[in-house]
Amino acid sequence: MTKTGEDKDVTIHIDEALCKRCGFCIEYCNKKVYEADKDGMPLVKNPEECTNCRLCELRCPDFAIRVEVVNNE
Amino acid sequence: MSRPKGVQLMEGNHACAWGAIDAGARFYAGYPITPSSEIAEVCARELPGYGGTYIQMEDEIGSMAAIVGASLSGKKSFTATSGPGFSLMQENLGVGIYQEAPCVLVDIQRVGPATGLATQPAQADVMQARWGTHGDHPIIALSPASVQEMYYLTIRAFNLAERFRSPVILLGDQVVGQTYENIALPDPDSLEIMDRKKPIVPPEEYLPYQYDEEDLVPPMAAYGDKHILHASSTCHCETGYSNFKYGTNRQLLTRLKNKIYNYIDEIIDVEYFGPEDADVTLISFGSSSRVCKYAVGLAEKEGIKVNLLRLISIWPFPDREVQQALARTGAAVVAEMNQGQLIGEVNRVNTTNTPVHLASGIDGELIRPEIIMTSIREAVK
Amino acid sequence: MAVKLSYREYFKEEALPLMWCAGCGNGILLRAITDALADLEIPPHQVVVSTGIGCWGKADDYMKTHGFHGSHGRALAFGTGIKLGNPDLHVLALMGDGDALAIGGNHFIHAARRNIDITAIISNNFTYGMTGGQYSPTTPLSYKTTTSPVGVAEPAFDVCGLAEECGANYVARSTVYHVTQLKRFIAAAIQKKGFTVVEAINTCPTHFGRRNIPGDSVEMMEYVKNLSVPKSRYEKMDEEEKAKHLVTGELVNKDRPDFLSVYREINSVESESGRGEGK
Repeated sequence: MTKTGEDKDVTIHIDEALCKRCGFCIEYCNKKVYEADKDGMPLVKNPEECTNCRLCELRCPDFAIRVEVVNNE
Repeated sequence: MSRPKGVQLMEGNHACAWGAIDAGARFYAGYPITPSSEIAEVCARELPGYGGTYIQMEDEIGSMAAIVGASLSGKKSFTATSGPGFSLMQENLGVGIYQEAPCVLVDIQRVGPATGLATQPAQADVMQARWGTHGDHPIIALSPASVQEMYYLTIRAFNLAERFRSPVILLGDQVVGQTYENIALPDPDSLEIMDRKKPIVPPEEYLPYQYDEEDLVPPMAAYGDKHILHASSTCHCETGYSNFKYGTNRQLLTRLKNKIYNYIDEIIDVEYFGPEDADVTLISFGSSSRVCKYAVGLAEKEGIKVNLLRLISIWPFPDREVQQALARTGAAVVAEMNQGQLIGEVNRVNTTNTPVHLASGIDGELIRPEIIMTSIREAVK
Repeated sequence: MAVKLSYREYFKEEALPLMWCAGCGNGILLRAITDALADLEIPPHQVVVSTGIGCWGKADDYMKTHGFHGSHGRALAFGTGIKLGNPDLHVLALMGDGDALAIGGNHFIHAARRNIDITAIISNNFTYGMTGGQYSPTTPLSYKTTTSPVGVAEPAFDVCGLAEECGANYVARSTVYHVTQLKRFIAAAIQKKGFTVVEAINTCPTHFGRRNIPGDSVEMMEYVKNLSVPKSRYEKMDEEEKAKHLVTGELVNKDRPDFLSVYREINSVESESGRGEGK
């Protein structure tokens, strides 16, 4: 779990069994949260940069990414 | 116009439309084609009065699709057409069979192929009714021979569709469709009307293709029910969702066949006419069978004893009844308005090697008695 | 506070993984549809998805709503019967470009003319994917496919233009890149009575991309992204530039009465029980 702001935690789950390594999440994350491993599998490299815009989840064609937010308030 | 009552002079196509309405049909989708269009016209005029809907689709492909869709939404639905339109309906007839969507398809046969002698009578869609759609499938088809039967067999077609969860074909022809005869219309409340089985399990336990062992028919939810209905033209298991496991298709096709063939006695309907023992047995259906009845009298004058086996239900083929008739007689004549379609089935069940002759009417008019008489004389030679 | 519905109410998670190729945007479109349904809080049993045949025609297998999977090109025709059989339903016809505009073109133009209350969601990937990448009625002129190895000789249909001309009440185009816009258009289309069309420009790296766009899934997505331009920018383009792009946005939004409303009014049908003359 990663602290990304004062009032929320964001967790990014990647289901490796569902991911087909299209690379959309890596390419289109404005904050460069993801990086590809040697096989093209996305790694959550910079989780602290995540702004919870969730576009990676919505653009994942395989329902392989889940961005979870827990409000601490 | 309110529903006609009592004895009426009525056209066969009108009688068909009223039979459908009395059977509970509340949705008609079709595309006009002679000699069936009056069925559409009555539905367009009358269905709104019953809270139903008539829609004229852009073609027969869409018409067949729409009645399958409305059926799954819980409506008794039907369409009517003739040869060329019947061909266009075939693909989606297959979808209806596979998804088990009860509905009725009326084919008022005319001469073909193509435009033919538009729009004169024929009975040349016998095999199209049986095997017109692609793939392996069972089908139920009934063949009316009078205006009165256009009414009653339409009701029966709906009842069988609901009972067996299957499309049913009413295979009429231009003669029965467009002839005016007196018919007696019963009180609609006196009719025995069948409705599809609804699920009795709670929604979360419902599997749309889980069938009852007693009749092999799955209870049917409608779109909009809390019981979720997934109907697919792809091979499916009891959930209704695609399933490509080895054995699933065999299971499904076998059940689709058995749900009809194991209960064939509920469907088979024949009429025997004339003396019990005869030199020649005529086998016929639809309007041709009326000429056969006339020929029975003509033959009698020539000293030939002839009787008639009339098939009222033609698919599934009444193997047993035809076999028995062939065994009992010395010769048979199959009278049909095509070059020989039903006769192939007759020969298939001819285990007694009874000589079978064809009386073929392909002249774009009701088969003439002389054609049948010629075959009768040949049969007794 | 009311609990917001999740797309999971509509999406059949246990059917994962999706059968589509890596980089195909059908899954993105599916997420947009199920998110839109959740936002609108439409109970799943009041929704029927009617699918055609082809890659996108497999979508019903991933939906927990009522489902109908029929024959190629006929999703709207089946849907017409489904809708008229139970007018309270929300009927979504999910079709590909070949499905909706080639084999099903007749149903498409008549559904729009009739203004039947159905939402058509067209996944346009410019090709017949399921059959191996042949050209479709939306393949751009001169693009290569397996049946146009040196370039297709036919011009493409403008899906939205056709829907507009034929009378659809709501017509919008977005892409699988513009996910939030796509969901917004789908929600608007579902809410609008009458025939509504959302065209989702989709990626097909496997077939269309392989023969026309050097690179992988990301390059295919870049093509889709750059092909589409918002109305404001599109209108400033000259004809030559316009021909190279597809305009996105809400292109039609009107309130012509839908088929069943007109039918019932003309035939004086007030309710399911009819106008009282029958029986």
